[in-house]
Amino acid sequence: MPEVTLVEAVNLALGRAMADDPDVVLLGEDIGVNGGVFRATIGLQERFGPERVLDTPLAELLISGLCVGMAAQGLKPVGEIQFMGFIYPCLDQLVNHASRMRNRTQGRLTCPMVLRSPHGAGIRAPEHHSESTEAMLAHIPGLRVVMPSSPERAYGLLLAAIRDPDPVVFLEPTRLYRAAKGDVEDNGEALPLDHAFVLREGRDITLISWGAMLKETMAAADTLADDGIAAEVIDLATLKPYDENTVLGSVARTGRCVIVHEAAHTGGFGAEIAAMIAERGLSSLLAPVIRVTGYDTVIPMARLEQRYMPSVGRIVAAARKTCQYN
Amino acid sequence: MRRRNYLAPDGAIIRPLPSCARDAKLLIELYRSMVLLRLFDRKAVALQRTGRLGTYAVSLGQEAVSVGIASAMRQEDVLLPSYRDNGALLWRGVKPEEILLFWGGDERGNQFSGPVHDFPFCVPVGSQAPHAAGVAYALKLRKQPRVAVCLFGDGATSKGDVYEAMNFAGVHKLPLVFVVTNNQWAISVPLRLQTASETLAQKAIAAGFSGEQVDGCDVVAMRAAAEEAIAAARDGNGPHFIEAVTYRLGDHTTSDDALRYRSAEEVQAHWKEEPIARLRSYLVGQKMWTKADEERLAAECHERIEAAVQRYLTTPPRRPETMFDNLYAELPEAYAAQRRELAGEDDA
Repeated sequence: MPEVTLVEAVNLALGRAMADDPDVVLLGEDIGVNGGVFRATIGLQERFGPERVLDTPLAELLISGLCVGMAAQGLKPVGEIQFMGFIYPCLDQLVNHASRMRNRTQGRLTCPMVLRSPHGAGIRAPEHHSESTEAMLAHIPGLRVVMPSSPERAYGLLLAAIRDPDPVVFLEPTRLYRAAKGDVEDNGEALPLDHAFVLREGRDITLISWGAMLKETMAAADTLADDGIAAEVIDLATLKPYDENTVLGSVARTGRCVIVHEAAHTGGFGAEIAAMIAERGLSSLLAPVIRVTGYDTVIPMARLEQRYMPSVGRIVAAARKTCQYN
Repeated sequence: MRRRNYLAPDGAIIRPLPSCARDAKLLIELYRSMVLLRLFDRKAVALQRTGRLGTYAVSLGQEAVSVGIASAMRQEDVLLPSYRDNGALLWRGVKPEEILLFWGGDERGNQFSGPVHDFPFCVPVGSQAPHAAGVAYALKLRKQPRVAVCLFGDGATSKGDVYEAMNFAGVHKLPLVFVVTNNQWAISVPLRLQTASETLAQKAIAAGFSGEQVDGCDVVAMRAAAEEAIAAARDGNGPHFIEAVTYRLGDHTTSDDALRYRSAEEVQAHWKEEPIARLRSYLVGQKMWTKADEERLAAECHERIEAAVQRYLTTPPRRPETMFDNLYAELPEAYAAQRRELAGEDDA
């Protein structure tokens, strides 16, 4: 199996989906000749033509709205938003139309679209390029929010997202685009949505994260192992709807849980998971659930962004504190 | 910009009529549909006032726009209406009881027995325009001889959504007809506070395609303009923008009181222009319509509307847990417990 980067895995999945299904159409800014600002769509316009790999005008609302119209006609549009900080003009379309088309027409019209966007900080990008507001999207009923953390899962989950009959926002961890490498066989096999992946088994504590922060979370698990603490690491992968049972099953075994996310603390998706564990898994808890998150600040620009993002040290400290709790 | 019109407010012929006006059967059908819409509106308001319908948006004075445009479409074309386009839906074959269900707060109203590919009413202003561009792109990509028709009001032209869609439609020469119902008022905000443009039609120039003003109280003009625009779009000549200049004789919705922001005199003056009396005058003048026809039509409409109201009022409510049924193609496991709770199946 060839080793590819995460962004190459995205490209493989897009190419595979387009080759398999003539209804798959890509649209976005600079995705054609230029192959996308991160090169996720490189070579695809040459392969599939400018009608199926469509350079749109610079208008994010339009991209998401076009997807809704195309999808209602039975196409499978995959829109690209260049950075998470530019996704906000799409919110009206996602909240008011994409996520509820099936519901408001009682199934007469559906919206099988995917909106892809890079997610998160850590690449020294300019202001507005480093956002991680996935909780905002995960709050929307009728939507799916998916975030891979490895090339393998980027490939398999993106295929699943494109084949899914409902709208999916697919958030790609910018920091891992080239940093994460893995063996991906372009075999057209999807991975399940709504399903969490246990990346590492352990009996002492459950560490839950998604996207790029799994890099630090896995490193923290290594450090904890040196202390004799066996951490179970869960990649949530689909945030909406998320795999409550895998989370609860793990916490039932370990009794302790730390949730790690890059997004700001208040109202972040970690709060949802912590509340769910309190509601449904309180009796198995030996310690309070702790969140290690970005701060409740505007995401700082390049010089301070590393201090904003949870570090291995912060995760380890939180895990140790949780393990010392009696 | 010349405003296309054929019939004067008194029904007199201003200029040579277009070919569609030579079809007496069509003219009478347009007339009947406008009357049905007006009576349906009246009934819907009565239902709302007696607590049997939710907030409702009437078409009073604007009947020629919805009916004129929809009558020029083929069934396989795609309509993307805004919330005041009841007349277009009725013409397309959506049942009156379905429209009542929608305004009565039941999603089943959007199931449509009419063209199953038509979009439901868009309540957010102008956000259906990008959908129309997406639909039209799909039609073009699949080389289907179908046209998307997108309806919105004057307020919507202030939104980026509409411009973004027009801009894209121009770039790709999409089979798409935009129709703005310029009824002079976006709730309480008059057109002069909405735009400094002399016309809304000229906004098409910025998007690189043609636009025209049409007398929106002249159903013959609306029909002819729509027919030409839709035919051109179907032939691959790209989008067109129609500004239907009309006047909202009623309140914005049943929750609005237009007397707060405009004078009764202004409204009264516009009653002289309204589309139904105008076409009736023409038809009567041409000896195509009689008092007996009018009485027969009123009775037919009454009967049809009453039957629809009965079906609406006797539609059994949905069971609460059905709100989960079309949330996703398959209900995710994570929400199954919520559905059971609502169904009362889960005592845990």
